[in-house]
Amino acid sequence: MDIRSQISMVFHLDKCIGCHTCSIACKNIWTDRKGAEYMWWNNVETKPGTGYPGKWENQDIYKGGWEVTDDGIQLKGAGKPKSLTNIFHNPHMPVIDDYYEPFTYKYLDLIESPAGDDQPTARPISMITGEPMDIKMGPNWDDDLSGSPDYARNDPNLEKLSPAEKEAMFQLERMAFFYLPRICNHCLNPACVASCPSGAIYKRGEDGIVLINQEVCRGWRMCVTACPYKKTYYNWSTGKSEKCILCYPRLEAGEAPACMHSCVGRIRYLGVLLYDADQIESVASAPETDVVNRQLDMILDPFDPDVIASAKSNGVADSTIDAAQKSPAYKFVKEWNLALPLHPEFRTLPMLFYVPPLLPVMASVTKVDNKEQSEKMHPVGKYWPDSWLYDTSTEELFGTIDEARFPLQYMANLFSAGDTAQVGDRLKKLMAVRLHRRQVTVGDVSEKMVKSALDDTGLTPQSADDIYYLTSLAHFNDRFVIPAAHREQAIEMMEFAGDVKGSTGFGFKTGTAKRGA
Amino acid sequence: MNALNTFLFVAFPYVAVIVFVFGVAYRYRRRGFTVSSLSSQFLEGKTLFWGTIPFHIGILVVFFGHLTAFLLPRATLAWNSIPVRLIVLEVTAFTFGLSVLVGLTALMVRRVTNPRIRAVTTKMDIAIELLLLAQVVLGCWIALGFRWGASWFAADLSPYLWSLVKLAPETGAVFALPWVIKAHIVGAFAILFMVPFSRLIHFVVAPLHYIVRPYQQVIWNWDRKSIRNPNTPWSKTRPNNS
Ligand code: SF4
Ligand code: SF4
Repeated sequence: MDIRSQISMVFHLDKCIGCHTCSIACKNIWTDRKGAEYMWWNNVETKPGTGYPGKWENQDIYKGGWEVTDDGIQLKGAGKPKSLTNIFHNPHMPVIDDYYEPFTYKYLDLIESPAGDDQPTARPISMITGEPMDIKMGPNWDDDLSGSPDYARNDPNLEKLSPAEKEAMFQLERMAFFYLPRICNHCLNPACVASCPSGAIYKRGEDGIVLINQEVCRGWRMCVTACPYKKTYYNWSTGKSEKCILCYPRLEAGEAPACMHSCVGRIRYLGVLLYDADQIESVASAPETDVVNRQLDMILDPFDPDVIASAKSNGVADSTIDAAQKSPAYKFVKEWNLALPLHPEFRTLPMLFYVPPLLPVMASVTKVDNKEQSEKMHPVGKYWPDSWLYDTSTEELFGTIDEARFPLQYMANLFSAGDTAQVGDRLKKLMAVRLHRRQVTVGDVSEKMVKSALDDTGLTPQSADDIYYLTSLAHFNDRFVIPAAHREQAIEMMEFAGDVKGSTGFGFKTGTAKRGA
Repeated sequence: MNALNTFLFVAFPYVAVIVFVFGVAYRYRRRGFTVSSLSSQFLEGKTLFWGTIPFHIGILVVFFGHLTAFLLPRATLAWNSIPVRLIVLEVTAFTFGLSVLVGLTALMVRRVTNPRIRAVTTKMDIAIELLLLAQVVLGCWIALGFRWGASWFAADLSPYLWSLVKLAPETGAVFALPWVIKAHIVGAFAILFMVPFSRLIHFVVAPLHYIVRPYQQVIWNWDRKSIRNPNTPWSKTRPNNS
C-alpha cells in the first residue's frame, strides 16, 4: 500500500446557475495573456451541447484518453511510440478553430472616428492577426441552447439513446438543460503526463496537482491530444502547453482556488482524499463500468487507524490526515456515495467529482386532458394544442427518475460509462434527501414514504440532514478544507530562500541591476 | 584569398562549434522557457502536413547520411566500391534532398501567405528558413553537378573535418574545391552557429528519452519521509536552487 493524498474537488450540479463567474475569475488571474486568450482553464458548458472545444467528448475525433489493448491500457492518440512518430505533425491535434478565434473590438474607433452621418462602430478584431474578422464562435456560444440543432443535437452523449428518447429530449415543452462547469480533473492516471515526450508534465506528490513545467515543455503538443477532457491548451505565442494549476499558489497559502472562491452558486467543494497509489494501474484497466466503483474503492477511510498509521509512515503530514477527515470531498464521494467522475470510461481516474443534477430529472411529463382548462381561457389563448403537464408529484417516488425529462441513459453516458444503475443510485439519494427535508419543513409528505425512500437508498434521517447541510447551508470553511502547506517547509519547497536574499524578490531569481561600480 | 579561405574553413568552423556548444548549454540551462519547437500546427494544421513531413524526414536522412560519411569514411568508400550501391545511395540521397527542398518551400509559402502564421513569425524565422533553403539548393546542385559526392565526401571532406577535430587543420583539399561546395560547407557551419539563437535549438532537445521513461511521473518537492523525521540533518533536505 502506497498511501498518498490528493486535493480533490466536488461540483454539485444542482446548484450551478451557469453564471460563468468561475471562468472569469480564472481568466483574470491566469489566462489574460497573449497566446492564452482562447484558453478557459475553467469553462462552463450547457448540456446537452457540444461543449468547448466542439464535441470534445467524441474521442473518435480527438483520440484522447486511454483504451484497453492486448497489452494493458494504452493512450489512444499518443504515447509510445505515437508521441514520437507523430512529432512532426500530430494528426489528432485540434486547431484553434475547434475552440474559437479570440477577438476584441476596436473600441478606440468609437471615440476617434471623424464626424460622419453614421454612428461609429467598434469592429471585431482577431487577437491573433490583429485583422478585422467575422466572429463565428465564442467559448460559450452554446449557452442555454439545448434546443438548437447545431449544439444540443450534436452532443456526443446522445449516442446510446433510442431515437424516441432523443426526440423526447428536444420537444420544446419538455426541454431541459443543465450546466457542466469543467476544470482539469487532476487525474490519478493522467493521460497528459503519460503522453509528454519531454517529461514536462508531472503530478505533484504532496497534493496530486498536475502541472506542466514551462521550462521543460518543448511544444511537442501531445498532451493536447492525450487529455480526453481537452484541459491542456497550447499557447500559440510561447510555444508551450498550459493547463489549470488548481491555483496552487493560493492553496499553499490556505486560500481556495479562484474559481471555487468566487462561485456564485456555491457548488464547489474542495478537500483531501487519501488513496492507495499501488492500485492505479489495475483500476484504470478495469472493465468499463467497473472503473468508477474500483476508483471509489481506492479511496481510503481517513478514520481507519490502519490507514492513518500507514499514511503517516508514508510521509503524509498529520495536518493532511486531519484535513482528510474533515474533507467535504470525502463525504460526498465516499461516505454518502453521491458523486461521480465525468466520463470514467476515459480511464484517467479523474479526481473531480460531480453530484449529478436532479432538477431536470425530477419533473416528468404526463399526458393530461387540458380541455376544461382551455374552456376557461381567453379566446386568444384558448387554443393550446398540447396536453402535456409537468408532473412534479412525488407519490411515485423513484418512478419519476426513470421517466425523467432527461433520460437516465444520458446522465449515465456522462457520469458512469453508460451504466444507468450507478447514476440512478445517486439520483435516488438526492430525491430521498429532498423528500426528507420536505417532510421536516412542510410536512405534506407521508412519513412512511420518506422512511421507505431513505431505507431504499441506505440513508438515515441524520445523514440526510448532513447532506442537506453541506449542500445548502455550508459555510466557506465547510466547503473548502485546505490542508496546511506547512509554510515552515513550504517556503523552501522549491528552493532555499536564503540563496536569493537581496535579489528582486517574488518571481525573479536574477539579481537587481547594478548601476555603476 | 588565402586569408578568407583560412577564416571560412578554419576559424569559422571553430567559432561555430564553440558558439553552438556554449550557446546551447546556456540557453538550455538558463533560458529553458525559450527552448521550444514553436509548433504552429495549432493555428494551421492541413498545409503544414505537406511541408513539415517531407522537410523533416528529408533532413533527417540527409543529415545522418552526411554524418555517416564523416564518421565512417572507410566503410562508406567500401560500400561505394560497387557501382550499383553507389548509384542507389546517390539517388536516395538526392531524393531526400529534393524532399527537403519541397517541404521547405511549402513551409515558406505557408508562412508568408497564412495571416495567422505570419502573426507568429519572427525575422529570425525568415532568416533561418532562407539559410536552410540556400543550403538545400546548394546541396541539390552539388548532387547533380558534382556526381558521386558520397565517395568524394568520404575521401576529401571527411579527412578535412577530422583534421579540424584533431585541432590540426589540413585545408589543402578544401581550398581547391569549387565555390558551390565551399558555400555548402560554410552554410553548414553557419547553421550550426545559428542554433542557439533561433528555433533550430529544438532538434537538440529531441525527446528520445521518452522511450525509456515510465508513463507516469510524480515529483515530490522534498523527500517526504526524511523531512518529517526530526533526526534528519538539515543539509539532507536542504532544497536545491536550480
Ligand atoms: S484532466 Fe486532462 S490535463 Fe487534467 S490531469 Fe487529467 S488528463 Fe491531465
Ligand atoms: S461560478 Fe459557480 S454557479 Fe456560476 S457557473 Fe461557475 S460553477 Fe456555476
